[in-house]
Amino acid sequence: MSQNSSVFSNVSEYLIGVLFGLGLMVSGMTNPAKITAFLDLAGPWDPSLIFVMGGAVLVGLIAFYLAKKRTESFLGGAMHIPTRRDIDRPLIIGSALFGVGWGLAGFCPGPALVSLGTGELKAVVFVIAMLAGMVLFDVLGQKK
Amino acid sequence: MTIDWTSFTPGPALAGGILLGIAASLYVLFNGRILGISGIVGGLLQAKKSDWLWRLSFILGLLTAPLWAKYVFQISVHTVIDANYITLLIAGVLVGFGARYGSGCTSGHGICGLSRLSPRSLIATICFTACGFLIVYVMRHLF
Repeated sequence: MSQNSSVFSNVSEYLIGVLFGLGLMVSGMTNPAKITAFLDLAGPWDPSLIFVMGGAVLVGLIAFYLAKKRTESFLGGAMHIPTRRDIDRPLIIGSALFGVGWGLAGFCPGPALVSLGTGELKAVVFVIAMLAGMVLFDVLGQKK
Repeated sequence: MTIDWTSFTPGPALAGGILLGIAASLYVLFNGRILGISGIVGGLLQAKKSDWLWRLSFILGLLTAPLWAKYVFQISVHTVIDANYITLLIAGVLVGFGARYGSGCTSGHGICGLSRLSPRSLIATICFTACGFLIVYVMRHLF
């Protein structure tokens, strides 16, 4: 990648990060109470998250259909699209642990980072613990 | 099951969801990557990698999104965090570790994985959503 396209790609990274953050805020997903209200099937249930996912996937289906046919990105970089199709234990156990944490706090990584940007103290604590969890994964992974 | 009609916001949810979909679409088409937050952040923590700049650029976008919302788009958001600090610590570790171990989170597996019809992501999404339902049921209705 040339110097120029590298600059473009980092500007693109930033702007898409902003757009994604705005999407999370508009959709209400940066509010943990809204996440836990979706996850509480037995309480007064708020199905909003289904509409968030539905809207996102509807748009995404078209883009990924196009992306799969490409050998390089619009900015000239390589395409990094996963190809694995196997269902293994780490996928199941990792996702299960993730789900428990998600339900306990009502935060997943994106909304937690956006809330960190607002200076919310509880988000700061969550993000530090989340980074620690990621480091723990790297440390345990290296021992194997 | 009773739907909480006063909290249910299908309009903003759909609009915000479409924005998320557009962001994930632009990301894969322009940057050639899956918009997965845990993967982008996780890679930043692995010091051996030299590809930190693009990761940091994206994360800075997320962190400064509230400033754009407030000063440019005049969007105000309402946030209620019920969990106490101990719960947040435990939840954070589980989310960070689990997302890395399971190769993705709500964005990578949920939005992007379902969009590209990945069987792994479908299983992951079902798995973390089911566990989310379960833990909230246990915490709110059993204790």
